Amino acid sequence: MAELKLRLSRRAWLLGLATGFIASAGTMATSEDALAAWEPRKPVEFVIMAGKGGGADRLARFIQGIIEKHNYSPKPFVPVNKGGGSGAEALRYVRDKAGDPHVIMATLNSYYTTPLRNPGIDVDIAKFTPVARLAEDTFQLWVHSDTDIKTVDDYVKAVKEAGPQSWRMGGTGKGQEDSLVTGMLEKKFGIKMTYVPFKGGGTVAKQLIGKHINSTVNNPSEQAGFWDAGKSRALASFTPKGKLSGKFGNIPTFEELGYGTDMVYYMQRSIVAPPKTEPDVQAFYVGVFEKVYKSAEWQDYLQKKGLIPGWLTGKELTAYFTKEREAHRKLLKAAGEIK
Amino acid sequence: MEIFQFLADGFLIAFQPLNFALIVFGCTVGLFIGAMPGLGSVNGVAILLPMTFLVPPTSAIIFLGALYYGAMYGGAISSIMLGIPGASTAVATTFDGRPLALQGKADSALVAAATASFVGGTISVALFTAFAPPLAEAALAFGPPEEFALMMLAFATFIGLGGDDIPKTFFSIFIGLVFSAVGLDIVSGDPRLIFFDLPGFYHGINFLVLAIGIYGIGEMLWTIETNKGDVIISQAKISFRRIMRAIGALRHSIRTMLMGSFLGYFVGILPAAGATPGSLMAYGVAKTVSKDPDSYGKGNVDGVVAPEAANNAASTGSMLPMLTLGIPGSPTTAILLGGMVIWGLEPGPMLFVNNTEFVWGLIASLYAANLFALLINLAFIPAFLMVLRMPFTILAPVIFILCIVGGYAPTKDMHDVWLMLIFGVVGYLMRKLDYPLAPGVLAIVLGPLAESSVRQSLIMSHGSFGIFVERPISAVIMAITVVLFVLPIVKLVKRRRAEL
Repeated sequence: MAELKLRLSRRAWLLGLATGFIASAGTMATSEDALAAWEPRKPVEFVIMAGKGGGADRLARFIQGIIEKHNYSPKPFVPVNKGGGSGAEALRYVRDKAGDPHVIMATLNSYYTTPLRNPGIDVDIAKFTPVARLAEDTFQLWVHSDTDIKTVDDYVKAVKEAGPQSWRMGGTGKGQEDSLVTGMLEKKFGIKMTYVPFKGGGTVAKQLIGKHINSTVNNPSEQAGFWDAGKSRALASFTPKGKLSGKFGNIPTFEELGYGTDMVYYMQRSIVAPPKTEPDVQAFYVGVFEKVYKSAEWQDYLQKKGLIPGWLTGKELTAYFTKEREAHRKLLKAAGEIK
Repeated sequence: MEIFQFLADGFLIAFQPLNFALIVFGCTVGLFIGAMPGLGSVNGVAILLPMTFLVPPTSAIIFLGALYYGAMYGGAISSIMLGIPGASTAVATTFDGRPLALQGKADSALVAAATASFVGGTISVALFTAFAPPLAEAALAFGPPEEFALMMLAFATFIGLGGDDIPKTFFSIFIGLVFSAVGLDIVSGDPRLIFFDLPGFYHGINFLVLAIGIYGIGEMLWTIETNKGDVIISQAKISFRRIMRAIGALRHSIRTMLMGSFLGYFVGILPAAGATPGSLMAYGVAKTVSKDPDSYGKGNVDGVVAPEAANNAASTGSMLPMLTLGIPGSPTTAILLGGMVIWGLEPGPMLFVNNTEFVWGLIASLYAANLFALLINLAFIPAFLMVLRMPFTILAPVIFILCIVGGYAPTKDMHDVWLMLIFGVVGYLMRKLDYPLAPGVLAIVLGPLAESSVRQSLIMSHGSFGIFVERPISAVIMAITVVLFVLPIVKLVKRRRAEL
């Protein structure tokens, strides 16, 4: 019994110590309030519109890493994955956090498509507070390097010969980016393919190398490793002429190959804040991401992974979002995903 | 041989003072993170990733690798001691670990878990060392039909899991499958089974939330009812001799240990599977091939050995596709992969060529991490057992709080805490009515994997089931599956005949 008492008192002592720490942390936080410019008083929830491990998640964690490494924020950014319902969960969450200064979200193109496809979640992205566009990710048409397909012409011929039943195009979920790009290809060349949806771009890339599917429209970052190892071949890039630099710039664009200027599709990589965010709060986040954008790590990443740099903020960013939303409305209609 | 040259160089890197200190530190931190319900290797690696900017990439991956391993060891601790799975990878360990603790044999369960983890980890690192490139090729050969065949194999091993009452086993599996279907439909992208329109169901039912509810809360209610808590557990004694004796007794489990290691390793290599399905499948196989399947779930040491060997083996296995293909084999390696990008490395086929120091430093450190995790774990066992000596009246509220934290941590959503409490009551009722829980738990883990792979396969074949038998690998696995499905039925019929 005496032993138990002793242990209990030690526990009480530890508890006291912990309370002391928390209390002192609290006073430190209040003293920061005195500063003029707004700064976060607690960790910032960095909402990710996708599950753990996918391309969007990896990118968001990479950005978080840059912020941590250079100490761009006095309080840490904590990634929170809310990937349910193609990001519907994240959109709904951020909408409901209107005015909360400690929440921001990393977006991808489901930022447009998910509210269009699920009017039930009642999210209008025009009401969200724009922070920054950090880059636009690009798409290429890929085949396995063991095939004889070397050009887009070869590709179209091969798809037509195989027929829609046996030509398998792999991609992410239906109504998401890959399927929209596939739709563009089918329309342009009058071909039909069997679209097989997988969970993420990395899995799609692996399925191509394992020869379970015939072609993909992966992002450069997803195929780069296999491409370097000579396992896959890029036929054409869904970018305008001259936009991509570095090794991915050597891939011909559809425009250069003479298929017109309409075969262009991007994945936006942006940051937004909830609706009704105060201007000084918005200014803080814009400042943080401007530093991220200019960091050597980010610029190096863009170059290596075939993304197009493109800083955008404020009203221009909102205008860009609404323009893109309309473009996606058309694409989804064409694909029969919405009415 | 070239490999040994590389490995020797790797050991020189792993035993540099900084790296060596990081291995010991990583193992210890991992052990505690793994032991905390709701916090697993995924959270540990994600939280500590930013800290690794302070050291060079090779040291960083060595630290996180050690942490990953430590967490695999640690997950077993709360599974055995409190009946709450410390991490999703340790759910299968509660099946027999907790009954052992209730019988006053917590020490032998802990020793078995640590030793099996060590064996699983070491075998898998050795396999990694010798056959990394060909195994990566093998992983590529697994398309959707092969994945589906493998999932069916896993289900087949679990039909036998529920004991003789096959209808109740099926019921448990079906309930699990229904829960696993909640959330987003991967093919159409539409939400489905959103009960009461609650937004929390959009992310599906988190497996760990279910497991903590059923095993943590359900187990606690059960213990309160049967009042086992105070009487037997507190008799757990500990001495050096008892530990040595427990290690000695493990010689009977060598076969199970080897099976768990190889199976876990292989499942870990396959992208998207990871250590949780690996450990559950190893448990199922161990029970199916056992001479005494009825003792499983009631405190069989082999029931601890199989999943623990498998989850450590799988954690190494899942690093293989990460390093060689740039595709994570588990959620934890997905985050490690993100880390590698930040450190400026290019995971993928060229990594073994361009960054030999990084790759072999990591492999060598895994051998060392394994050994240290074992030693640290064994050293802490007496301390863990002290917890069990606490009267149940004190322990019960602690378990309850840990369950709440564990239910909240994975998704940070109160919705899941309520769900966990409901699952706790459901789990308790199912146990009272003698429904087997393990098959249902397996179903909710494997359900989504099975669903996506079967639907992808059928899209590929335009609805023809022939795709599962036309492809050689899938055909072989399917054949084994059929045998395993039929086996328990044949056994049952034979026994009925004998009784007549």
